[in-house]
Amino acid sequence: MAALVESIYKGITYRGAEGQWAWILHRASGLGIALFLYMHIVSIFVAAIGPGPYAWVHATLYTSPPAKVLEVFLLFGVLYHAANGMRIIIIDFFPTLGKYQRTIVRIELVLVAVVLVPAAIITLHSLF
Amino acid sequence: MRIKMRIRRFNPETDSSPWWGEYWVDVEATDRVLDALHQVKWYQDGTLTLRRSCAHGICGSDAMVINGRNALACKVLMQDVGDVCQVEALRSMPLIKDLVVDMEPFFAKYRAVLPYLINEELPAAGERRQSQEARARFDDTTKCILCAACTTSCPSFWANEDYIGPAAIVQAHRFIFDDRDTAADLRLRALNDVDGVWRCRTVFNCVQACPREIDVTRAIGEVKLALMNGGD
Ligand code: SF4
Ligand code: FES
Repeated sequence: MAALVESIYKGITYRGAEGQWAWILHRASGLGIALFLYMHIVSIFVAAIGPGPYAWVHATLYTSPPAKVLEVFLLFGVLYHAANGMRIIIIDFFPTLGKYQRTIVRIELVLVAVVLVPAAIITLHSLF
Repeated sequence: MRIKMRIRRFNPETDSSPWWGEYWVDVEATDRVLDALHQVKWYQDGTLTLRRSCAHGICGSDAMVINGRNALACKVLMQDVGDVCQVEALRSMPLIKDLVVDMEPFFAKYRAVLPYLINEELPAAGERRQSQEARARFDDTTKCILCAACTTSCPSFWANEDYIGPAAIVQAHRFIFDDRDTAADLRLRALNDVDGVWRCRTVFNCVQACPREIDVTRAIGEVKLALMNGGD
């Protein structure tokens, strides 16, 4: 645990560039997606308790404003994790592209934004 | 110009943990961080301990964390550091004193990749000839000065100090892709370990840190591909 805290401290205080932040975000989004999957399993399991609680979770809790905002975070996490994963694969297979990695990170973020913005508008639309 | 130096100090005989010492120095814009450290050591506090030898970016002994980023103190100009220059020892290496770390674990990894030419056959006419193209294949990785800036900038290394690290892979690359050498298999085997090349997550901190501007991640990527294709 102490070692984990120490390596996180080192990561935050080292002034790495795009590659380091892309990597940290990749880890964070991966963890977020894993947490969501656990939550998903639990919320489906609520059906075993009864139709009432199940309907409450899905129709009331999941449509509440905080849940909608979290949904946008989830969308970002999934989109980013997928796009960044593709970037890593491309660089692994074509190491010479490494010298353009900063540009590739930027292109990746633009692609994520292009999908995320309309999707977020659709998701949050019902709140306004 | 007058600049504040914040130096992370540690004396194992008197301190239980490192602390930040602050010193004011008068420097020229074109002085290097090493000159500022010398000013502190020579005129303010003789106990400040650091390692340096050539002072011209070629011996690799003064790599340290300067304003949060690994670099050679003898290659960073004061005009590029801002008003406060913060200096600390390389991370994830055993700290001996002030800015000096124990490089032995780093060199043990260097030795593990057999960093020398192995070829049992006698050269044909007194020397081994090599075409310019074959020499160019590993030119980039011949430039390494073993300063450890890359390895100690790597998040995979911070998380797991058994990771062989970018520097050792760069050194292995220099011989794996040398057509006069015959021991690529031995080196690739050492690098195929759980703590070998596969721990690289293409974070690119090493490329940013390398004072010799070696394309470190590319070299690692080429070794990964060589392993995937079953040899060089
Ligand atoms: S590859 Fe660059 S940063 Fe790493 S040890 Fe060699 S010279 Fe230093
Ligand atoms: S003192 Fe030799 S590289 Fe800086």
